[in-house]
Amino acid sequence: MSEPLLQIERLTLALPEGADRRYAVEDVSYSLAAGEVLCVVGESGSGKSMTANAVMGLLPPGLRVTQGRALFDGADLLAMDEPTHRALRGRRIGMVFQEPMTALNPLMRVGDQIAEVFEAHGLLTARERREKALALLEEVRLPDPPSALRAYPFELSGGQRQRVMIAMALALEPQLLVADEPTTALDVTTQAQILHLIRDLQKRRGMAVMFITHDFGVVAEIADRVCVMCEGRIVEMGDAREVLASPRHAYTRTLIAAIPGGVAAPARDGADPAPLLTVEGLNKVYRSRGGWWQPRREVVALDEVGFTLGRGETLGIVGESGSGKSTLGRCIVGLETPDSGGIRLAGTDLRTLTGQALREQRRHIQMVFQDPYASLNPRIRVGMAIAQGPIANGVPRARALERARQLLTTVGLDAAAADRFPHEFSGGQRQRIGIARALALDPELIVADEAVSALDVSIQAQVLELLERLKTELSLSLLFITHDLRVAAQICDRLIVMQKGCIVEQGSAERIFQAPSHPYTRELLAAIPGRHDDATAAAAPAAAPRMP
Amino acid sequence: MRYLSLIASRLLKAVLVLLAILILNFFLIHLAPGDPAMVMAGEAGATDAQFIADLRERFGLDQSLPMQLWHYLAGVLTLDFGYSYRQQMPVLDLILERLPATLLLTGAAFVISLGCGIVAGMLAAMRAKRPSGSLIMGLALLFYATPLYWVAMMAVLVFSVFLGWLPAYGYDTVGSDATGLAHALDVAEHLILPATTLGLFFMAVYTRMTRASMLSVAQQDFVKTARAKGLAPGMIQRRHILRNALLPIITLAGLQAGQMVGGAVLTETVFAWPGIGRLMYEALMQRDYNLLLGIFFFCALLVILFNMLTDVIYRLADPRIKEAA
Repeated sequence: MSEPLLQIERLTLALPEGADRRYAVEDVSYSLAAGEVLCVVGESGSGKSMTANAVMGLLPPGLRVTQGRALFDGADLLAMDEPTHRALRGRRIGMVFQEPMTALNPLMRVGDQIAEVFEAHGLLTARERREKALALLEEVRLPDPPSALRAYPFELSGGQRQRVMIAMALALEPQLLVADEPTTALDVTTQAQILHLIRDLQKRRGMAVMFITHDFGVVAEIADRVCVMCEGRIVEMGDAREVLASPRHAYTRTLIAAIPGGVAAPARDGADPAPLLTVEGLNKVYRSRGGWWQPRREVVALDEVGFTLGRGETLGIVGESGSGKSTLGRCIVGLETPDSGGIRLAGTDLRTLTGQALREQRRHIQMVFQDPYASLNPRIRVGMAIAQGPIANGVPRARALERARQLLTTVGLDAAAADRFPHEFSGGQRQRIGIARALALDPELIVADEAVSALDVSIQAQVLELLERLKTELSLSLLFITHDLRVAAQICDRLIVMQKGCIVEQGSAERIFQAPSHPYTRELLAAIPGRHDDATAAAAPAAAPRMP
Repeated sequence: MRYLSLIASRLLKAVLVLLAILILNFFLIHLAPGDPAMVMAGEAGATDAQFIADLRERFGLDQSLPMQLWHYLAGVLTLDFGYSYRQQMPVLDLILERLPATLLLTGAAFVISLGCGIVAGMLAAMRAKRPSGSLIMGLALLFYATPLYWVAMMAVLVFSVFLGWLPAYGYDTVGSDATGLAHALDVAEHLILPATTLGLFFMAVYTRMTRASMLSVAQQDFVKTARAKGLAPGMIQRRHILRNALLPIITLAGLQAGQMVGGAVLTETVFAWPGIGRLMYEALMQRDYNLLLGIFFFCALLVILFNMLTDVIYRLADPRIKEAA
C-alpha cells in the first residue's frame, strides 16, 4: 500500500451563525489511496458533500474551515492560495455534479465546454483541443461523438449530459475524481450505465474516486470502502462488503434497512375484486404547434392504455422518464385531457361529465405531488392549504379548518402545524402535509406521483409506512407512480410497467419481480443498484484485492 | 430552410399588422375634432363657408371617409404618403429629411445606454457587497426615478449655462459653414447632451437588470462546473455568467430600439433638435393629417422591424429557442 493520494485530517467546517447546527462537518478524517473508490454515504444535511467541496475549493459562501488539513499528494489544499488551488482543479482533481440538466452552460456547444478545460490550463492548440474533446466523447461512449461535439446541452438527454460531464472531469486525466451524487437524478437503467462507466474508467486509468451518495444500493455496486456520515460526523468507516454485510453503527443499520429490498411482498388478500377505477383505450399525444411552413412534432404519451384498479388495492405504475406514467396520472385526476378513451370511477364515466357533476366526482380522486417544496403555496398557512379543497366544495370555513387540524394529527404531525407556513417544515413533513391535503376531501382513490422520490431513504420509508397505514384505516385505493422499482416492490400489490406510452407488462408485484416476462422489465430489474443477483455478486469480489 | 420559411412567415404577418395599423391610425385621426381646412381658414382669419369648402375640395376632404382611406392606402402602396399642404412638400421628403437627425440622436442614446448600462451592471454585480457597488445602484435608482424633461433642463443649466462646456440646443452651430470632419465634430458636440439625457433612463434600467441577472446566473450549477474546471474568475464572469445574464437584456433592448423614431419627442423639443419628434408635434398642432399619418407609419414600421430583429438576435444568442419555436 502506497502513501494515500488524499488525506483529510480532523477537518471541521463552521456553518454561518444561526444555522441549525454549528458545524457542517466536525472532526472528519479519512484517506483515499490511488486507484481506490471511496463512497461517502449519508442523508441530506449530513455534510457528505461539504468535505468534497472543501477539497475542490468550492465551498459555498459563509462556510469556513476552522480546523484540519486536506493533504493532496503532500500539499495542503486548505492552506494554498487560490491560483495554486485553481491550477489543481480540473487538472489533477476532476469533479462531476448531481444535476446533469443544469451543470452545463446552456449557451455553449458541448465540444467548446470540453475544450475549455484544456484552455483553462493553457494546454494544446485549438485544433488539438477539439480532437481531444472528440476522443473523450468516444471514451465516455456517447452515440455519434462528432455531432455530439457540435450539440448544445439541451439537445442531449440527462444520461448523455452526465457522460459529457464525466468526459470534462476526465479530460486532463486527474488522479482524483470527486463524484457528487452523479447518478441520483437519472433513471435506473441510465444510472446502471453511468456507474458501470465510472467504474470502468476508474480501473483503466487507476484513478482514485470519491463517490458521494445517499444510496447503499449504489455503494454495493461501486465502492471499495465506505464512510458513513451523520450530522457532520463520521459514524462508521470500513471495507464496503463488511459494512454492507455487518454494519456496526445503529445509523448505518437504519440506512441499510430503509432501502426497499427489491423483493416484492407476497400478494395480500382482501382486495375487493370489484374495480373502483377502469381505464380503457386511453390515448394522449402532445403536439408542438407548428408554424405555417413547419412540420408539427408529436410525442405519443399514452397509447391505448387500459387497466383496472380494485377497491383497497395499491397499483404501481413503473417506468422511466418519458414513459408516459405521469401523463396517465394527470389524465386520471383530470389535470390533462386525454385525446380518446374512457376513465370510469365506480361505474361513472368521468370523460362524459361536465360542470357540477364532474366536480362532484373529482372530489373522489386526489393527488399527492412529487416535489414537496414546490407543491405548497409558500404564502398560505398549512391549515388553510388543507382546508381550501373542502371550502371550495361547500364545507363551512370553521369546520374545514377544524378538520385540517385533525388530518394533520392523522398524518403524524402536530395539530398546531396548521398555523405555520410551509417553509417551516422539512421535506418529509411537507409530504405529510401534501397527503393530509389529499385526504381532506375524503377521496376513494389517491394518485401519488413520485410522492417519495425527492425524500431521503429513511424519510421515504416513513412516508411509505404512513400511506400504507392510511390506506387500510380509511379503505383507500392507491395509484402509485414511481420510477423506483424498489419502492414499488415495497408498497404495491400489482404493477404496470410502461415504456414509451405503452403498457408492456402488468401483473402482481410478486410475479413481476420473480418472473418478468417482458425484456424491458428484465432490463429495469437488472439495473437496480445493489440488487443481490448473480451479476453484482460476481462483481464485488473482483474489486476486493485492491483494498488497503 | 426552416429559418428562411420562418422569416417569410414573419414578414407576411408584419405586412398584415402594418396594414391594420394604417387603417386604425386613419380612423383615429379623423376622430379628432376639426380638420386642416378649418385650421387653415382660422389662421387666415376667414370664416367664409365657400373658402373652407374650396379648401376641402382641393385636399380631397369632401369625399366620403372610405373613399379617402382607399386613396390613402393606394398611395402608400406606391410609396406616396401624400402632400403636406402646410409645409408645401411631399410627406415622404419631409420625413426623410428629418429622419437622419432623429436616428442619430436615438441611435446614440441607444448605444450609450446599452453599453454603459451593461458595464455598470457588471461592475455592480462583481462588487455587490462593496460600497462602490452600492454607489452604482444608488445612481441608477436616481436616474430611474427622475423625469426625463427635468434631467434635460438641469443638464442644459449645468453644462451649458454654468459651465459652458457644451452647446445648449440645436443640431449644429447656426451660420457655421464647416464641412467634413469639422462639421461632424460640431454635430457630435451638439449631440452629447440630448443623447445622454435620452439614454439615462434606459441606462439605469439596463444597469439594474444586468446586475440582478448576473447575480442570479452566478448561483447556477454550470458556474460551479466552470470553477471546477479551473477557469480563471474573469473568464467565468465573461464567458459563463455574462453571456447567460444578457438574454433578458436583449428583450428590453428590442423594446427600446423600437421607440427610436417616436420616443424622442420630449428631448427633441427641449434641445430644439430638428428630428421627427418635433415634426410630429408640429403636425399634430396644425392638423396636418397626411404628415401625421406618415410619421405614425414610420414609427410602426420601426417597431415591427426591431421586434423581428430582436427575435433573430434571440435565436442567435440562445440555441434553445429554435426547439421551442
